[in-house]
Amino acid sequence: MTLSEFGTYAVGVFLLIGAFFTFVGAIGLVKLPDPMTRLHAPTKVGTMGIGALLLAAMSHSYVFRDGSFHELLIMAFLFVTAPISANFISKVNIHRRACDTPPKVKSDETWSTLVQRDEDGNVI
Amino acid sequence: MTRLFNWLFPHPVMTLLLAVVWVILQNNVSAGMAVFGLILGTVIPRAFAAWWPDRPTGFKLGRMILYVFLVLYDIVIANVQVAWIVLTKPRKKLRPTWIKIPLDLRQPEAISVLAGTITLTPGTVSADMSSRGHYLLVHVLHTDDPDAVRDDIKTRYEARLKEIFV
Repeated sequence: MTLSEFGTYAVGVFLLIGAFFTFVGAIGLVKLPDPMTRLHAPTKVGTMGIGALLLAAMSHSYVFRDGSFHELLIMAFLFVTAPISANFISKVNIHRRACDTPPKVKSDETWSTLVQRDEDGNVI
Repeated sequence: MTRLFNWLFPHPVMTLLLAVVWVILQNNVSAGMAVFGLILGTVIPRAFAAWWPDRPTGFKLGRMILYVFLVLYDIVIANVQVAWIVLTKPRKKLRPTWIKIPLDLRQPEAISVLAGTITLTPGTVSADMSSRGHYLLVHVLHTDDPDAVRDDIKTRYEARLKEIFV
């Protein structure tokens, strides 16, 4: 088997893996019942789905062209930024009471989204 | 000498990281690009040192790289598990829960890395922190044993992070 044949199969396999996980993420978005569980679906798309698609792009560029590292950077930036948006969405869910109330922490401590403040910004 | 080094490189790991990112961005591994990347990596952290005053001391780069590979492996495993849950579990049998994780970590950088790891691993999303930073609120998609998930996160990730950020 020559290198270009092997490369073709590798690209195909990675594309299929990426497409499968992106598809499962979309199914999860439709199927899961409430806002907090729906948040779990994009994490799959963002990690394995995009990861495998970028791996396919990278192996294609290495086998058939000059090769490129840019996909590694896309993956790195995605992995750094995805948790922040997920964190903000879940904070909004907690704030709007769109999900089950989180368990109490302790008597003198609470979740930072639920902290009540007066006009001067002091904790009540 | 050490004071000059500390003034010039407020975050040595960030200097290295910026140089590597620059070389990858140019798609051209050569000495010139590496030198230019190191210059950028010196100037940028120096210019922004005022906004990140306390450097994390005793950061272990080698252990951090091992940790990244461990997390990548876990992401692949957890992806398959969560895909199985999404495709086969009926909605009524799904048992999502909140769990709270008592934190031993105190450095903000270490807690950010832990929260990011939890979110990137499918099946768990870190949602919030307690007001004094002693607990982390995590949402789990489906579990029969919340305590086991909590202990797993504590032993697998937090214990390793404690050794990385001493």
